[in-house]
Amino acid sequence: MKTLSVLFVALIMAPMVWVVDAKAETNIQEVTSPGGIKAWLVEEPSIPFMALELRFRGGASLDRAGKRGAMNLMTGLLEEGAGELDSRGFARELETLATSLGYDVGVDELSISAQFLTENRDASIELLRSSLIEPRFDAADIERVRGQVLTGLRSDTTNPDEIALKTFNAMAFGDHPYGSDQSGTIESVTALTRDDLVNAHGDIFAKDRLYVGAVGDITPEELGLLLDRLLGDLPTTGAAMPAAADITIEGGVTVVDFDTPQSVAIFGHKGIGLEHPDYFPAVVLNQVLGGGSFESRLMTEVREKRGLTYGVYSYISPRDHAATYLGQVASANDRIAEAISVIRAEWAKAAAEGVSEQELNDAKTYMTGAYPLRFDGNGPIARIMVGMQMIGLPSDYIATRNDRVEAVSMEDVKRVANELLDPEGLHFVVVGKPVGLETGALPE
Amino acid sequence: MINLRAALAWLVMFTPVIAVAADEPVTTFVLDNGMQVVVVEDHRAPVVQHMVWYRAGSADEPKGSSGVAHFLEHLLFKATDTLEAGELSATVAANGGRDNAFTSYDYTAYYQRIAADRLELMMRMESDRMRNIRLTPENIETERDVIIEERNSRTENNPRALFSEQMNAVQYHNHRYGVPIIGWMHEMETLDMEDALSFYDIYYSPNNAILVVSGDVTPENVRTLADKYYGVIPANPDLPERTRTKEPPQTAERRLIFKDARVSQAYVSRSYLAPERDSGAQDTAAALTMLAEVLGGGTTSYLTEKLQFDTQDAVYSGAFYRGTSLDDTTFDVIVVPAPGVSLQEIEDAMDAALAQFMTDGVDPEQLERLKAQLRAQQIYARDNVDGIAQRYGSGLTSGLTVEDIQAWPDALAAVTEADIMAAAKMVFNREASVTGWLMQEEEATQ
Repeated sequence: MKTLSVLFVALIMAPMVWVVDAKAETNIQEVTSPGGIKAWLVEEPSIPFMALELRFRGGASLDRAGKRGAMNLMTGLLEEGAGELDSRGFARELETLATSLGYDVGVDELSISAQFLTENRDASIELLRSSLIEPRFDAADIERVRGQVLTGLRSDTTNPDEIALKTFNAMAFGDHPYGSDQSGTIESVTALTRDDLVNAHGDIFAKDRLYVGAVGDITPEELGLLLDRLLGDLPTTGAAMPAAADITIEGGVTVVDFDTPQSVAIFGHKGIGLEHPDYFPAVVLNQVLGGGSFESRLMTEVREKRGLTYGVYSYISPRDHAATYLGQVASANDRIAEAISVIRAEWAKAAAEGVSEQELNDAKTYMTGAYPLRFDGNGPIARIMVGMQMIGLPSDYIATRNDRVEAVSMEDVKRVANELLDPEGLHFVVVGKPVGLETGALPE
Repeated sequence: MINLRAALAWLVMFTPVIAVAADEPVTTFVLDNGMQVVVVEDHRAPVVQHMVWYRAGSADEPKGSSGVAHFLEHLLFKATDTLEAGELSATVAANGGRDNAFTSYDYTAYYQRIAADRLELMMRMESDRMRNIRLTPENIETERDVIIEERNSRTENNPRALFSEQMNAVQYHNHRYGVPIIGWMHEMETLDMEDALSFYDIYYSPNNAILVVSGDVTPENVRTLADKYYGVIPANPDLPERTRTKEPPQTAERRLIFKDARVSQAYVSRSYLAPERDSGAQDTAAALTMLAEVLGGGTTSYLTEKLQFDTQDAVYSGAFYRGTSLDDTTFDVIVVPAPGVSLQEIEDAMDAALAQFMTDGVDPEQLERLKAQLRAQQIYARDNVDGIAQRYGSGLTSGLTVEDIQAWPDALAAVTEADIMAAAKMVFNREASVTGWLMQEEEATQ
């Protein structure tokens, strides 16, 4: 049986030399508007609509001292009325145009994802411009959205995943913005004033932190004019970026007592930044160790062999001001200790031995093959292009990316595994009623 | 004999049973053995999604074996005659693809997303596990632990999910929609090899399956490959007719209170038994779909207007209707009270708003805006062929035909204000409703 199966694998793996050229489908044009705004564009005239992605670097980490949650609340109010239109008037206009405007804030950026029909392009851009340049922040809307944010924060207080994340971040990043919830606390959000929202608005919306991606039924010339109308009135500069964060967490276990049948654990230690020459080897290493597929070592050992969890995964989190290497698992209270022990053993094994040649090849074929699958629609392509700009990649990167994956060698992975994976430095935050685990050093 | 078969095959190949929707790049046909095929073309990127949907979901399970449809879905990733346990997924990954599966009340579906030139390999493996799985006692033991942990993650650790499970159980007197898809814990713990294989033997056959392929493919190529891999599997002559126990008349309003210390935000949920989309008769379901949008579809909806703008009694309100279903479904309304507003007060406010709506009727401008959005969605949908694939898979496993699925946008566009009000009058029947309160031990005084 085994031999047969191996033969079968060999047969189907043989014609593996195939390259899907994502670039062929993604001809990126670098556009500069008459007013000097830069954007990346993919023309896709086959469907009469376009996706436009705007990002402003800094995100919720630009919150001023004592004003945690201001950027988040401000973002929530951008679609609640602007210019002549009040909250409901703005929403009705969006419906009439069948335009969708999504406003979202993360720790490092504020994102706006717009989608509109070609026939409604001008009116849609006018609506979006108004929401960016002249949001109303009416008192009644502030209270309504504040109420929604507070509801979410109250729910978080009894959500084991949220408790675990907040606890880990506070231990890892301390007073840095990364150390606290970007939505703020019940106290800080309750205390926010309209002036705080106006300040947050002024801090983030500026040309010096803007990135633009557009995909769809539009020419470079049209896009240039559109961008000047949409963004030309923005100020040149905004608030200074936060400083780098010190990662202060050390190896150990922190148990947060919470009465629920399944314990949730978040674990991690220092990671590796995008600018590091070993970033690609690290991503390949993680693909093998816990990259989210059924085949990762963590999934194989914790789920497939032992049935200890529904899902376990790890990931590198390279943020603008700190990089961590994190993971997550959930197991019944009486089984979480075993899950953690298996994870630690895998961490130690990979640190000592790296990965096998077969694992390296499988990870590479997966990563190179999966890459073009991401380019599946106007919105996703616009988001990918903005992400590339934000980390300083050239527009021809898509064509060379898979070569960088292929270039990762066994020695690279072994070196990175040895330097990056720190089994004794892993900290596990466990929320639940775990049996056989307590706060303190990692168990022997 | 051989000649006859060849002649038959030729006939099937060229009989014009292909139906293409006006605006959608969709082609459908049926293999000799009864397996239905849907092809959704999009040649912009060299990617394909390959799905097989079975007309078998949790509502088809035998009594006492709740969760077996979903358990079996997990077990299909184990060994077959030619594949080792885990090898299918590993092969997909080694070819740069992603695979997974999902189970619902009326269907179980398996899919891979991968480079278009890998389609044949996907069909070879997927058709293999339609008939040839080989399970070991160890598979049963460990995978049962996995689904129990899945239930822990999805349900036991989440009071909102536990509450919703209780609401459903009370909504249905006599239908399996009252049993959770993932199963009741005490029954999941007893699932064994025989339960899984018996479900597999009854339902996993080509005449009970639908192949949905979307992306950079042609109908001709899909047809050739489908004939080669799926077409050779014999139909199951003993496939039972899909008859389900029916609900008796529901004549008593039900109420429940679910208390859990882990609840930080109390709310009220109301569900009404509601008709689903029926083949050839989708008008009522179309009106109910529009009713959910009009009442609770966002900032401009009626409940939001009444409960979040006119008063600030609620921090959130919404209305939901899931029309794609084999049997009677539900129409749901949810209201989350603002601080200082009790559950009784918000329920009263919700009922007052619903009563007022029956007097006010539908705002014609709102309906016009909704229809503009529907028209636009048909354009946006072309950017997401996997979404179109999903619509066909779920529709065809829920008692609808290709014609029904293609007629649905027009059914929605034809809904009038009077249709919506008639649907509302029909569905807001308290005798067929469940009202639930989700709260902590004692209602928090905020």
